[in-house]
Amino acid sequence: MWDYTDKVKDHFLNPRNVGEIEHPDGVGQVGSLACGDALKLYFKLDENQRISEVKFQTFGCASAIASSSALTEMIKGLTLEEAARISNEDIARYLGGLPKEKMHCSVMGRDALELAIADFRGQKAQKPEGRIVCECFGVTDLEIERAIRENNLKTIEDVTAYVKAGGGCGNCHDNIQEIIDAVMGQAHPKPQKPGRLTNIQKIKLIEETLEREIRPALKKDGGDIELIDVNGNQVVVKLRGTCAACSASQVTLKHTVESKLRELVTPEIVVEEV
Amino acid sequence: MKTVYVDNNATTRVAPQVLEAMLPYFSEDYGNPSSMHSFGGNVAKKIRLARSAVADLIGAGPDEVVFTSCGTESDSTAITAAIRSNPDKRHIITTRVEHPAIKNLCEHLAKNGYRLTVVPVDCDGRLDTDYLYKNLSDDTAVVSVMWANNESGVIFPIEEISRAVKDRNIVFHTDAVQAAGKIPINVGSTGVDMLSLSGHKIHAPKGIGVLYIRRGTKFSPFLIGGHQESGRRGGTENVPAVIGLGRACELAAEHIEEENTRVKGLRDRLESALLNRIPHAIVNGDRDHRLPNTTSIGFEYVEGEAILLMMDALGICASSGSACTSGSLEPSHVLRAMGVPFTAAHGSIRFSLSIYNTEEEIDYVIEHLPPIIARLRQLSPFWQEFIKKQPAAG
Repeated sequence: MWDYTDKVKDHFLNPRNVGEIEHPDGVGQVGSLACGDALKLYFKLDENQRISEVKFQTFGCASAIASSSALTEMIKGLTLEEAARISNEDIARYLGGLPKEKMHCSVMGRDALELAIADFRGQKAQKPEGRIVCECFGVTDLEIERAIRENNLKTIEDVTAYVKAGGGCGNCHDNIQEIIDAVMGQAHPKPQKPGRLTNIQKIKLIEETLEREIRPALKKDGGDIELIDVNGNQVVVKLRGTCAACSASQVTLKHTVESKLRELVTPEIVVEEV
Repeated sequence: MKTVYVDNNATTRVAPQVLEAMLPYFSEDYGNPSSMHSFGGNVAKKIRLARSAVADLIGAGPDEVVFTSCGTESDSTAITAAIRSNPDKRHIITTRVEHPAIKNLCEHLAKNGYRLTVVPVDCDGRLDTDYLYKNLSDDTAVVSVMWANNESGVIFPIEEISRAVKDRNIVFHTDAVQAAGKIPINVGSTGVDMLSLSGHKIHAPKGIGVLYIRRGTKFSPFLIGGHQESGRRGGTENVPAVIGLGRACELAAEHIEEENTRVKGLRDRLESALLNRIPHAIVNGDRDHRLPNTTSIGFEYVEGEAILLMMDALGICASSGSACTSGSLEPSHVLRAMGVPFTAAHGSIRFSLSIYNTEEEIDYVIEHLPPIIARLRQLSPFWQEFIKKQPAAG
């Protein structure tokens, strides 16, 4: 069960400002049934151009409803310039925090507010154009970039939590990683495959590849791998710990180790276990 | 606040009789059944009795029953034993609606060189058996099909599938974790090679499972260690849980009629009352071939987590196939496999009853759920749009 704060529970069980405004000055809707959550936000301005009335309708989970309710309370009485400065972090903070996996609910609130303000100003709904990266949830590279920048996101998991991208089939994970790398300015090029190798170079490269690419993944599951011998392109290894007893070890060896070594050392590699 | 527990496909209460049977084996009769003294040997005798009770529930012989730590271990053991016993075969068949214990294992194997066929279901959750039969081949190492689905409750024709698979000399495994204790199971007449059970779904404690292995089935252990379970599963027996499971299986055999009469009656009453009182609610799954304790209902235009948490505030425990409850962003793979429309998939709630549920509890749910749905629909922009599109009444 989610660890919701009392404030989230309160705004979920007793949401403020539910409903619609008949002749609103601005209205914005984001999300869809297919995506599992949606928010429609209405506001009216008074003679001083301050938000005098605000209502919402939300389809979604407890944190989506609570984020929407919180947002309406936060922007009441503000000018549009003031309201526009509210970030998704502000919404989450107002609620005493949201579980990380639910941060996209606060992003939804911010997005609906932006659309409603744009609607008032007579601007076209300005969903940033961009290129669709996540097809499952229709998220563009620009939206992902923005979420990474504004929230200092570091992993694909973070991106999924904030904008849902990558939360479906997972085919776009590489693309999301590229965007993260680009934004963080850490795009590290893949190691170049060397040309002809001497035996010593080859053994060193195999060792390095096992160390960098294979061992961390095995260790995560409590296992390990040891390089026993290299004869030409035949690589003999020994599996230790959990891996040795795991029925899937044969398969793991054949496909993970071999394909990595083939990719990064030389395509002729054959892996064997002692 | 009282708790109304209608989430018995998730886990069940340990039956008081089961707990009572277990208690002496913690700090009184704590011997190791493998020991060469009668203090341990007496425990071994009790384990033999428990093994017989489990075997009786499913029509097996005691020597065909292997105790494991959970249903997932049973499933993993079955699939890996089958593929290791058939090293030349590289093809696995399963279904789109399996529990993650099978689904994720098979997908893992598919990433590692196995060819995987995943059999679809129709909109009522019924298995496309013709598709399964068409894909059987000489390369097929194992077919794994659950006996009954945990979310929809839909029961698959295991006897028929088993016959077709066995005709081709292919290993057949079934995950019967949800079926056990709710419908009669007889491995003798169905001919399955391996079958998984889980203790905590039938009023035994968590941490105990069973793998039935038909005599003569080629097998290699998953946990290699001591000689326990005739060398088929190493590790000192979880004695209290084994004893408890034996007692739970005796009780399950006694209660299976009640499951199919009184419990089924409560389920039907809950279902029809909710459908009557809540417009635009649909039942997910084939209502004619379903576990007697389960109903999955999709409430259109509202979201499942919100329903669950509002019920939780009233002490009602159920579960949902919605995205938000699992931490994933998509509705459950079962509802998606059935093609349940998005309008209903996100708002699907599963109620699963047990013999411990009373009429008053069901009335309590019937009374309190309709206002919750109405309230959430009041909040939902899609419901408002939907209502405006309807021709005005009267």
